[in-house]
Amino acid sequence: MNNIRKQDIMSLLGCFVLFAVMQLLIMFEIIGPFWELNIVLIGINIILSVSLNLINGYTGQFSIGHAGFLAVGAYTGAIITVKLGLPFELALIVGTLCAGLLGFLIGLPTLRLNGDYLAIATLGLGEIIRICILNIEYVGGASGLMGIPRETNFAWVFWVGIFVIFFIKNFINSAPGRSCLAIRENEIAAETMGIDTTKYKVMAFTIGAAFAGTAGVLFSHYFYIAHPASFTFMRSFDILTMVVLGGLGSMSGAITGAVLLTGISAFLAEYPEWRMVIYSITLIVLMLYRPQGLFGNKELSLKMFKLGGDNSGRTAEGK
Amino acid sequence: MKKMRKVLSVACIGMLLATALTGCGGDKKGSGDTIKIGGNLEMTGGSASYGKSAQNGIKLAIDAANAKGGVLGKKIEFVVADNKSEAAEATNAMQKLIAQDKVIAVIGPNLSSASIAATSINTSAKVLAITPMGTNPNVTVDKDGKTKDFMFRACFIDPFQGTVMATFAKDKINAKNVAILVDNSSDYAKGLAQFFKEAFTKGGGKIVAEESYLQKDTDFKATLTKIKASNPDMIYVPGYYQEVGMIVKQAREMGLNVPMAGGDGWDSAKLPEIAGKAALNNTYFSSLYSPDDDSQLNKDFVAAYQKAYNEKPDVFAALAYDSALLVINAIKTANAVDTVKIKDAMAKTAGFSGVSGNVTFNAQHNPVKSAVIIEYKDGAQVFKTKINP
Repeated sequence: MNNIRKQDIMSLLGCFVLFAVMQLLIMFEIIGPFWELNIVLIGINIILSVSLNLINGYTGQFSIGHAGFLAVGAYTGAIITVKLGLPFELALIVGTLCAGLLGFLIGLPTLRLNGDYLAIATLGLGEIIRICILNIEYVGGASGLMGIPRETNFAWVFWVGIFVIFFIKNFINSAPGRSCLAIRENEIAAETMGIDTTKYKVMAFTIGAAFAGTAGVLFSHYFYIAHPASFTFMRSFDILTMVVLGGLGSMSGAITGAVLLTGISAFLAEYPEWRMVIYSITLIVLMLYRPQGLFGNKELSLKMFKLGGDNSGRTAEGK
Repeated sequence: MKKMRKVLSVACIGMLLATALTGCGGDKKGSGDTIKIGGNLEMTGGSASYGKSAQNGIKLAIDAANAKGGVLGKKIEFVVADNKSEAAEATNAMQKLIAQDKVIAVIGPNLSSASIAATSINTSAKVLAITPMGTNPNVTVDKDGKTKDFMFRACFIDPFQGTVMATFAKDKINAKNVAILVDNSSDYAKGLAQFFKEAFTKGGGKIVAEESYLQKDTDFKATLTKIKASNPDMIYVPGYYQEVGMIVKQAREMGLNVPMAGGDGWDSAKLPEIAGKAALNNTYFSSLYSPDDDSQLNKDFVAAYQKAYNEKPDVFAALAYDSALLVINAIKTANAVDTVKIKDAMAKTAGFSGVSGNVTFNAQHNPVKSAVIIEYKDGAQVFKTKINP
């Protein structure tokens, strides 16, 4: 027990150092605005991939409707700040709760499905959310909700990201988290052992959806606009790709996947004609030679490096 | 074998890391003897055909300027960033052009929603952007009705197209009863439909049916059956070419042979491919530009464009070409590589001749210019008439 505490404190210290270094680099403009934007985007994608990893990687449920919850967070957050004029902190909380609530309501019926059926149900769900938004005039319909103030900055994304990572890590190590892992390994066996499978599946789904909502609030308050075209099923696939690339069921993997894919996309912005080609070839090669993802279900940890932290995947942000 | 796999996978990870890291290599400083102009364009995604045409148009204008010795004694360099036809990515692309490439003016994005999102970036960086085709009024004016200082457009705004088409329907087609089929997922289409309806009913016409569809829909038979039952003289379909193509095709298959009309979203070489050349007869759209316009400036442009790309320029190419000319003209007038002075010079532009007509910016940074009506005849676009504001 003592050992774990010590590790946690070490990791937290590591985070502080990383944060200080990054913040200084940004303050002294060694990292220009373009890479600052992409680092924020990386942070948002880390929150998304880590939260999807809880559902897909740890609980073994195949959900591909994550962009829907992202949209719910983005829009509720924007309504709070733009329409009601309330502070950004409240927007973060309400956006998270709304997406979580929706995840709970939707999780109840759909999580009784499994495998392909669940995938189709969640895919449909993401689209339903998007089409609903498209037809609600109050939030701007097709032209999107405009005039959102830029409240998100590196500090917000970093600390919210750290919070999400620690929350999910601790959840996985708790009793409900263990039940989720058991469900992933063998649902029938888990049920035989007295685990209420629906309950824990819904729990994981709700937490994952809620954090996707958080990411949505951060997203819309960074890019000035919440637009339905940003939340298509392609966005869901992007997030899924990050998780699968990094390794289903690995926190370090989800983080690395988000960092790599966002970084590659930003780097290839110079070559728009080649972006999708290179992006897809990289994915194909990786899946051919490492089908379990970069990390499989292993984690980077203190024990491996003696220093660094649970989030050492973050160092791949460069600089 | 197993070992080789391991080596390969490590190499693969290394490559990935390398690509991600080299990107962080910091800002590239523009060399002193070139001036950089950025293009925030739709190179991939749903509207990639618009971005490609725009890129061609801009390149042509810049190459011509460079052949004459550039501007202020410096060569112009054109840098493109892909906005994936999406609003958040357009913001990202705008940031890249201004922060990384240090451009002094940006052309694009073409889409209104992307322009509205991205303009926050260039406004705070005090670099002007001009959208060739972003026709939504909110592109240059914020929600309090204040003009955005650093945002311009080369096209007229949406409502004008609806009004133009209403005049055309009434005077040239002699339509009395019109059905409207609108793309409900697009603000552009809804704006056109609304202004068409207002102008047309004011002129004594009647709207007999109003139906809607969403982008990416593929089957319109049910909706078209309803429209057919209302017996219209004409169908107004403001929308984008992808769906419009299928709508026209399916309408003709059902024997719905009345004239059909729309806005400049119809302007694409893909439309005759999707709808079929015969089905597309008897359709009209309002546009900013026709390659058959007989001004000398336009004839020269069309000839140069055909020589360079082996196809006729479409409206996106023409408006992007005009945008580039406007930017170059503003740099010349400002006589300094100073983004604020260039913006001031741009705002004062008056009586500038472009290939799509003469441009004078009003207080909202909208150009005052004429519109053309184009007819599709056997898959080819034929210049029908010009309607003045």
